[in-house]
Amino acid sequence: MPAVSKGDGMRGLAVFISDIRNCKSKEAEIKRINKELANIRSKFKGDKALDGYSKKKYVCKLLFIFLLGHDIDFGHMEAVNLLSSNKYTEKQIGYLFISVLVNSNSELIRLINNAIKNDLSSRNPTFMCLALHCIANVGSREMAEAFASEIPRILVAGDTMDSVKQSAALCLLRLYKTSPDLVLMGEWTSRVVHLLNDQHMGVVTAAISLITCLSQKNPDEFKTCVSLAVSRLSRIVSSASTDLQDYTYYFVPAPWLSCKLLRLLQCYPPPEDGAVKGRLVECLETILNKAQEPPKSKKVQHSNAKNAILFEAISLIIHYDSEPNLLVRACNQLGQFLQHRETNLRYLALESMCTLASSEFSHEAVKTHIETVINALKTERDVSVRQRAADLLYAMCDRSNAKQIVAEMLSYLETADYSIREEMVLKVAILAEKYAVDYSWYVDTILNLIRIAGDYVSEEVWYRVIQIVINRDDVQGYAAKTVFEALQAPACHENMVKVGGYILGEFGNLIAGDPRSSPLVQFNLLHSKFHLCSVPTRALLLSAYIKFINLFPETKATIQEVLRCDSQIRNSDVELQQRAVEYLKLSSIASTDVLATVLEEMPPFPERESSILAKLKKKKGPGAVSVTELDDSKREGGELNGGGERSSDSAAMAASNASTPSPSADLLGIRSSAPMGAAPSAPGSLLVDVFSEAGPAAPAAAVNNDGFMRELEQPTDTSDSLLVEGSGDADSAPPSEDPADPLPEADELLNKFVCKNNGVLFENQLLQIGIKSEYRQNLGKMYLFYGNKTSVQFASFSTTVSCPGELQSQLNVQSKPVEPLVEGGAQIQQVLNIECLTDFCEAPLLNIKFRYGGALQNLTLKLPVTINKFFQPTEMNSQDFFQRWKQLSQAQQEAQKIFKASHGMDTEVIKAKLLGLGSALLDDVDPNPENYVCAGVIQTKGQQVGCLLRLEPNAQAQMYRLTLRSSKESVSKRLCDLMSQQF
Amino acid sequence: MMRFLLLFSRQGKLRLQKWYTPLTEREKKKIIRDMTTMVLARQPRSCNFIHWKDLKIIYKRYASLYFCLGVEREENELLALEVIHRYVELLDKYFGNVCELDIIFNFEKAYFILDEFLIGGEVQETSKQTINRCIENSDMLQEDDNNEWYEVELFG
Repeated sequence: MPAVSKGDGMRGLAVFISDIRNCKSKEAEIKRINKELANIRSKFKGDKALDGYSKKKYVCKLLFIFLLGHDIDFGHMEAVNLLSSNKYTEKQIGYLFISVLVNSNSELIRLINNAIKNDLSSRNPTFMCLALHCIANVGSREMAEAFASEIPRILVAGDTMDSVKQSAALCLLRLYKTSPDLVLMGEWTSRVVHLLNDQHMGVVTAAISLITCLSQKNPDEFKTCVSLAVSRLSRIVSSASTDLQDYTYYFVPAPWLSCKLLRLLQCYPPPEDGAVKGRLVECLETILNKAQEPPKSKKVQHSNAKNAILFEAISLIIHYDSEPNLLVRACNQLGQFLQHRETNLRYLALESMCTLASSEFSHEAVKTHIETVINALKTERDVSVRQRAADLLYAMCDRSNAKQIVAEMLSYLETADYSIREEMVLKVAILAEKYAVDYSWYVDTILNLIRIAGDYVSEEVWYRVIQIVINRDDVQGYAAKTVFEALQAPACHENMVKVGGYILGEFGNLIAGDPRSSPLVQFNLLHSKFHLCSVPTRALLLSAYIKFINLFPETKATIQEVLRCDSQIRNSDVELQQRAVEYLKLSSIASTDVLATVLEEMPPFPERESSILAKLKKKKGPGAVSVTELDDSKREGGELNGGGERSSDSAAMAASNASTPSPSADLLGIRSSAPMGAAPSAPGSLLVDVFSEAGPAAPAAAVNNDGFMRELEQPTDTSDSLLVEGSGDADSAPPSEDPADPLPEADELLNKFVCKNNGVLFENQLLQIGIKSEYRQNLGKMYLFYGNKTSVQFASFSTTVSCPGELQSQLNVQSKPVEPLVEGGAQIQQVLNIECLTDFCEAPLLNIKFRYGGALQNLTLKLPVTINKFFQPTEMNSQDFFQRWKQLSQAQQEAQKIFKASHGMDTEVIKAKLLGLGSALLDDVDPNPENYVCAGVIQTKGQQVGCLLRLEPNAQAQMYRLTLRSSKESVSKRLCDLMSQQF
Repeated sequence: MMRFLLLFSRQGKLRLQKWYTPLTEREKKKIIRDMTTMVLARQPRSCNFIHWKDLKIIYKRYASLYFCLGVEREENELLALEVIHRYVELLDKYFGNVCELDIIFNFEKAYFILDEFLIGGEVQETSKQTINRCIENSDMLQEDDNNEWYEVELFG
């Protein structure tokens, strides 16, 4: 037996463990254990009272047996007896046994609690710690009831030893997690927060976990912790590696505490106090800088600890999502890690970038790493790293790179690990649908998906492709042709047969003109797969056959013969037999008219959240779905509701809605506004029609509608006559209060949105207004989110969008009225349709009125609709650029400004802003690599205006020269004005 | 927050289990089985992190022993690796060149040391000196106890 026993060395225990290890078989082990259990039982039951040592030894043996995986049904009482021993080791073993084998036996719990109570009041710090550890380990409701009021006192008492404070803090945290209702805060809140200032680093390390958890639940009560945390962090970050003595871990000062501080700050928005915020930004910058310094040690512990802080800092930067400079730096840092030789860092960088991809400031910067990520997907040896790469590709996908990403994911699928195939299939299906500009690409992608990974294509995926094909008549012919071709393959997946059967049954007529895919050829092709398929697929095919009889009377005889044969009409499967019998009868007796009615083309599917997305969410579990996805689905939902309301508005629109339900993939419904069914020759005309019809009368219509809504609601308000009168006023006549003048900061707010489409436009004590918008060609859709920040209802809430002066003839903005009541804490949404008729300079005004506690709130903002939103990027080479540049050399075509840099001159930030402008940022065009040039076309209804931009930074002087050239003076000037505010 | 810490050998024999949330014995056995099969199947030079259900699993092998930590999603993976390492250092300092057998024969000590380092799934104290002092102190108490006991034995 190895002499490894240390400390007191319970010899009997060591011998027993050694015996167990020497057992040659499981049976022998069980035999030895049973012998020991019998021995212990007899000792415990024996007449002779056991001394403490023996009791401790036997209890320890029982514990060992339990940890080997055997049941223990006695010994608890002896362990409880040990708790009241005044010998430390006996007490310690007693507590260990209780901690490991908690028993909810109430009598025992009372005894245990008694022992704990004695130790807590013993004033012996070692005993107190043992008792606290036990409470934290067991953490039961009964213990919370007994000690939840006692522990805070121990925690904040002046004379408590540091080690006891540490245990008390974490013990309290554990009780708070099991029974938050029993842990009452109140007078000790501020003293707990001030533990962040404690001299002892260990106390801070323990207390901060408690504070973080409490802050998450009661952010307001604990908000003073923010400034304390920042100053503590700042002291650590700026300390030399030796300052903190034993809290320095491999030359990294207090990594655990640093990370916990950064985690605590993530419970709050950025600090409002400028000084605190400045200090924090400084800390974050220092952490980012340190990442670039050479390592102080080659040990992996050093780099792990250092990078742990770095990743936590990046999480905080992402959480704030408000410092473009830091976000871009974070992204660059992660970019470096993507190529690091440490697998762990590559893994974490991929994971962290996924969240960065959803920030509008860094989305573009993340996209620059696409090749590296694709490479990771192809070459990483570890499947969990490949999985993260696939996640990141999914997160960074947008319209600009969807085709590339989907293609890469498809080719990866051919060799992907089985464990992640289904998820990959779902992701490809979602991306293909979401970013499908032409639906033939979508159909190709899904059919490829079935071809490559048919087994992993769940029902949701192939249902979805059918839904979309049925709902979009522009793709039906293509889909029929493509499935027909796919079915030619000698071995095609059953899912392909299902899709093929369904689509040919519905739309086979669209390709029947070609003799190579004549009705009979189509039928024979489908039927050649029939016998290899499962019952449900055969059932589907039988339905396709009867549809063929309707579509192509010439196939009737052949198909009837197939239905009539014994293998169908007497099939042992009831469903198949029934279909064969019924379809045969139907085809024989029904007239063509009846047949045509019964077998009419499937009506469009009602739109709802993509079932695939729902499935992915379920698969990933709640919380795992990224914010963007949730947002998307929310928007999809919103779009749907909007569609429903619209259809009740006017019959014409209802009709067009029915004939072209928008695929939910089309997030903002811009594409689907084009009435494919009604007037396929003039896509987009519906939207324009609505605009021109409504024309200047639109606002009036909106008011009327609003009034109608309010009338409906009035009865509930009758008790408060004042309110009814007020709202009645607003309805019948123009509101008595004129819209307020635009806020003084309206222009400034507007400027923030020149290079971005989403964000918070305005916020005060009462109200928050968020914006999401998307533009295509000369059309735009803007979602306004009005959030009531108070707990009190806003009444008579109304909004008006107006185009002052000549803007009226330049821009069409149409809005739907909003709900007149906004509950406390609630958010309502409003959709604006925007059409640019010709170029414009002013911004539309948004006036918001509501009553808050009786007082009328009236404020006017400028809507961030600026001319650059209608930019289409234009790629061109250097020669083309300068040729056009020269063509636009007349004085009135150029606008130029020289101005001082008002932000840092960081390349990545400048690039991100120029990309946000909407034009194309051209590389290798300007002979001076420091300069930036962009090109794009402004799309208005009336004309297209080509624009060229050149930005010349002078880092030394901290100045820029900005030059705009376009074919229209007003455009050059306006763009120049807008852009000169951005840098 | 950490949810559990498991130590198991390359053969899948469990050497230590610490649970920071209440679970039934059945659930614990299921997790132990999942962890051992999953971690032991990993290729060398893979990354040390695995997504598993709603948790992150962080594991590292020291000689013949695997240390496997289950943490909640928001925890920092790299720091979790260093939690494991610090625990190994603490064991090493106490036992002097610690090996699997030390943990088998002195499992109770391994638990005591862990309790000084982590409580309720959170780091309580990171200073090696402070923790060691604590453990040494309790060993001193232990020796006093033993003397007492031997005396009793001798004269009783």
